[in-house]
Amino acid sequence: MGEAIVITSGKGGVGKTTTSANLGTALALQGKKVCLIDTDIGLRNLDVVLGLENRIIYDLVDVVEGRCKIHQALVKDKRFDDNLFLLPAAQTSDKSAVNPEQMKKLVDELKQEYDYIIIDCPAGIEQGYKNAVAGAEKAIVVTTPEVSAVRDADRIIGLLEKEEHIDPPKLIINRIRNHMMSSGDMLDIDDITTHLSIDLIGIVMDDDEVIRSSNQGEPIALNPNSKASIAYRNIARRILGESVPLQAIGESKTGVFSKIKKLFGVK
Amino acid sequence: MKKTHNVMIKGTKDGLTLHLNDQCSYLELKEELEEKLSIHHIEVEESPLISVKIQLGNRYLTAEQEEELKELVRHKRNLVVGDITSNVITKEEANKLQEVNDIFSITSIVRSGQILEVPGDLLLVGDVNPGGTVLAGGNIFILGALKGIAHAGVNGMREAVIAASVMIPSQLRIADCLNRAPDHYNKEDHHEMECAYIDDSNHIVIDRLQVLKHLRPNINRVKGGY
Repeated sequence: MGEAIVITSGKGGVGKTTTSANLGTALALQGKKVCLIDTDIGLRNLDVVLGLENRIIYDLVDVVEGRCKIHQALVKDKRFDDNLFLLPAAQTSDKSAVNPEQMKKLVDELKQEYDYIIIDCPAGIEQGYKNAVAGAEKAIVVTTPEVSAVRDADRIIGLLEKEEHIDPPKLIINRIRNHMMSSGDMLDIDDITTHLSIDLIGIVMDDDEVIRSSNQGEPIALNPNSKASIAYRNIARRILGESVPLQAIGESKTGVFSKIKKLFGVK
Repeated sequence: MKKTHNVMIKGTKDGLTLHLNDQCSYLELKEELEEKLSIHHIEVEESPLISVKIQLGNRYLTAEQEEELKELVRHKRNLVVGDITSNVITKEEANKLQEVNDIFSITSIVRSGQILEVPGDLLLVGDVNPGGTVLAGGNIFILGALKGIAHAGVNGMREAVIAASVMIPSQLRIADCLNRAPDHYNKEDHHEMECAYIDDSNHIVIDRLQVLKHLRPNINRVKGGY
């Protein structure tokens, strides 16, 4: 029996889709059987980031409306032998084409076969969000070190806490710019975690390589040399239950050790 | 059979008091009240308004019935109804009354978009994040950071206070007063252990928690103990 994790944020453009693609990739690299679901009906792009766009035959709406079987709609990623699959969203309808009950049924069915179901949630708190969280039992909230993104993350955490079937959400802080954080122009990690008061599961540095690789349809997690890739792989390991220390921010003197100390509140 | 008087009118310094019998039917009462008021009808032009208190004894009146009586009195002469008092209230009203005097302790984080409302005093163990709102009929005490909106004394209790361990609100409201936060909080200022109240000039001011002891001694619920 697998585990369904919804990746959400409230605000758009903070990196939900990139995070979904890379966590899926990183988990698949660890040998887990992963199914990614894109619930952003009408504005899908998880398929593009994964480079699977031209293999889509059926989509999520086809499955819930009974036009095809689930396994017909799943797109296999050939880079990971039988470990990574994508259930793409429809591009032609809108969010109301699916309801939460249908999503729950679908996710429950997929849980029988896969270790992890990663659900990519659309921005906003309307129908699309409700569909995305319906089948999940875990949630990861993605935010960036900006006040507006943190505010929306706060809102979404409030909503997630009301869902009884979902465990307390975990936090990923994305697009950290080392020089801005150390100069105080950006919210720092401590500010964000104390403000939102949920567990931090990972931080990801802002990296040009992320944009380059997603444009090429190759998730950055495949490239072992980039900082962002290591960050995503670390998050995947934490999802699997390993305890991995947080990455050090930049080349400054705050090493891994002081970061851990900070984590435990030792100044 | 001797007719008992269901309506007794007494004059006091502050006006008239109508003592209404609580043993007769409401209809009888209404009729007699109407009659009594007509008998004593003396039309004096430009006579000053007289305030009337109505005492119902052990009778319970619905809101409509109260309105009916008020209308009756107002209609007859240059009288104004001050208040209607009764020894009885419904269970519902009694519960409400009790709730208003209760302290509601809640441990939670009030996040953006969430509203937490209580009828009495609020004791919140947790933060109020920006975009979150807490409302209380009485005082608000927050063991945590107040970064959102707090509204104390929503039903007009101007003596209500707002106290927080960390006071960096986006807005403070007490009864009908409103106070907006400065556009920027200085990061060096800590704003710890502060309270807000309405001062003599009708403005919400923020001060150290310790001043409450002198300004609002009514917050104390327990007598003695030291």
